[in-house]
Amino acid sequence: MMHTVLFIIFAVVCVAAAINLLAQRHPINSALSLIVVMGSLALLYLLLGAEFVAAVQIIIYAGAIMVLFVFTIMLLNAGEEELSKSSRVAIVFGVPAVAVIVAALAYILSRGAGTAALGDFIGGPKEIGRLLFRDFLLPFEVTSVLILIAIMGAVVLARREER
Amino acid sequence: MQTFAAQFANAHDLMVVMPMVMLTLFACGVLIIDLLLPAGDKRWNAATAALGLLFAGGSLWRVQATLAHQGMLGVSAFNGSVVMDPMAIFFCWLFLIATGITILISVRYMEIEQEDHGEYYALMLFSVVGMMCMASGKDIVLLFIGLELMAISTYVLVGFLRRDKRSNEAALKYLLLGAFSSGIFAYGLSLMYGLSGTTDVTLIGRRLAGLPESSHPILMLAVVTTLAGLFFKIAAVPFHQWAPDAYEGAPTAITGFMSVAGKAAAWALLLRIFAFALRYEQTIWMPMVIAVAVMTLTGGNLAAMTQNNLKRLLAYSSIAHVGYMLLGLVAWNETGIKGILVYLLVYTFMNLGAFAVIVSLRRRDLIGDEIDDIAGLWFKRPVEALLMVIFLLSLGGIPPLAGFYGKYFIFLSLIETGHYVLASLAVFYIAVSLYYYLRIINAMLMRPALDAEPIQPAFGLRLALWVTALATVGIGLFPEIFIRAAAWTMTAPRAVTQAFLR
Amino acid sequence: MPQNYIPIFLFMLVALAIPVVTLVIAKAVRPDNPHATKLMPYECGIDPVDTARARYTVRFYIVAILFVVFDVETIFLFPWAVQFKMLGWFGFVEMMVFLAILVVGYVWIWKKGALEWV
Repeated sequence: MMHTVLFIIFAVVCVAAAINLLAQRHPINSALSLIVVMGSLALLYLLLGAEFVAAVQIIIYAGAIMVLFVFTIMLLNAGEEELSKSSRVAIVFGVPAVAVIVAALAYILSRGAGTAALGDFIGGPKEIGRLLFRDFLLPFEVTSVLILIAIMGAVVLARREER
Repeated sequence: MQTFAAQFANAHDLMVVMPMVMLTLFACGVLIIDLLLPAGDKRWNAATAALGLLFAGGSLWRVQATLAHQGMLGVSAFNGSVVMDPMAIFFCWLFLIATGITILISVRYMEIEQEDHGEYYALMLFSVVGMMCMASGKDIVLLFIGLELMAISTYVLVGFLRRDKRSNEAALKYLLLGAFSSGIFAYGLSLMYGLSGTTDVTLIGRRLAGLPESSHPILMLAVVTTLAGLFFKIAAVPFHQWAPDAYEGAPTAITGFMSVAGKAAAWALLLRIFAFALRYEQTIWMPMVIAVAVMTLTGGNLAAMTQNNLKRLLAYSSIAHVGYMLLGLVAWNETGIKGILVYLLVYTFMNLGAFAVIVSLRRRDLIGDEIDDIAGLWFKRPVEALLMVIFLLSLGGIPPLAGFYGKYFIFLSLIETGHYVLASLAVFYIAVSLYYYLRIINAMLMRPALDAEPIQPAFGLRLALWVTALATVGIGLFPEIFIRAAAWTMTAPRAVTQAFLR
Repeated sequence: MPQNYIPIFLFMLVALAIPVVTLVIAKAVRPDNPHATKLMPYECGIDPVDTARARYTVRFYIVAILFVVFDVETIFLFPWAVQFKMLGWFGFVEMMVFLAILVVGYVWIWKKGALEWV
């Protein structure tokens, strides 16, 4: 019962923040809404019992990636957006398309997905550690190469003239 | 603790992934050596990278020897997350060969572009590590990480010519669309994991087959999203929009590398997913594959006819080639899969050869990737012009050349399975494709050169040209001898197809 | 499981309440008398010359990206640390391999001068 109530609260906060993200005209306001989205997602993970993922969500997404977002906004010096003329195509085709997709997904998920009680999974750092360092040892090591590539990519694409 | 270590990683496990370990070590070596080299002496980076390929080849050969010695269909390691079966080994060889040829092409080219940095070769080796993970992964986590490793290194390589606006634009487009498609692909994989509760592709296949009727809509969603991601990676219509821009803007050597090694890796991943995870879902994916194959053949061939940029033209032609390979998937029998693998092998040589010729057109003040730039090549460098004719005719599928054998097996598989309409459509598009290949040949042989600047291909480039040309002609003229000489070329596909379709 | 987090939820509620309460109280008790000079940004008494929202240098961006990347790396250290005893020397070697590859990258960006400011 408490689970369901908490789930509904955070789900509503999450969706509301996401809609606010789209509605805001200043990019910084949108970025701040995104933090709320990330935070409530983290709480939803927590409700599922995925403690580690919830922590990662806060540290990486609400922390590091949001820093990148805000830096980019400041870098571009993006100001208030101007409202473009509302496109008729978007209203005539876009809105029904969204409705159809949402309906189809809702139908598919409601029919197909098995149910699992909230808080059933065990996803603390201990369990993750056991999986990551034993069963998924090789993917873990390859991940370090992936991170190295990311470092190189950032430096290569943004490097200065040397000559 | 000893038993624990022995259970999860031992010498045997290390031997199986040794090719990847070697490549990683040498790529890190290139990065460090690059810091020590003086500015004008960067060729040692290429040499180190090439040495890394040799060592990787050596360790791959050891894996293959173990496999042959024990008469097994595959050795798995690291708790079953990686498996070196004949298909994986076949693809790994393909990646190593393609990378070797690309390095030969690159050395002088990157000097002309004044971007001869060590990162270039290191990124190439890292991307091969990713490709090998894609070819040998048996676990969707490893497959996905391999895919990202390859994709991210390729994004960076595409944008490597920082002074060139086209290169930057291409990298950005490729990155945005690529990340989007990776997301869709990951969504599909996560649905499959949710339905089956495992990350092992074999188990996924088995458990998906046993799902109750009520789960079928969500299974459909999983298959559709996974397929969309895969089709993007092999650049099939309608998921191909990134390819022409990325191919045109990338450094020409990298265009060749992407179109050959990157494509082969995407196919390795696709075959792995189809043959294991989606093995019993044929009724869901077959109509989609047929539709995409027809669209890809049509879109690729028709768009290629109107191109005036050589790299763009070859980009659309490579989309068209994917269409033929998809037909092998439609047939879905031993001949069809063998056809795809042979196609990828011969495509590696002929396409890299064609790109090597385009690279030779790049001179100090000339970008040299328009059809006008290749005009009159016959009067300047008859040998290179002749080799280009060979590559183009082979791409078109003219009989005595290697390209014919790729198409031959595909058509054979279509006829075996009774897809006569598709077969005749494919034959029609061969005629169309000859039109645009002959347009390039016409420009080379019949039109006068537009500029007087001489063309002097470097030694590495000439070597690459001869290797690819010899392979193109050799496979074409002596397919049987070639097969016997390089036994793995055909035993790998045969063993694989038997394992798949048993 | 969520029961264990009730103190944290309470903590968050208190944290949320403090700024809200202080702002409301401040609003209620302070004199409210704004005018143009008072609303101007204060820069040592000199009139500001330009807008404060100047464009940042791209250098910050590289730093931000490197921060994200190394942040992702540290995430892997947490599950390793809590399982350190169970994993033993094997886990230690595993993590050292992981870190060694990243140290190569670190040395490389350092020597490449990507961390230098000017």
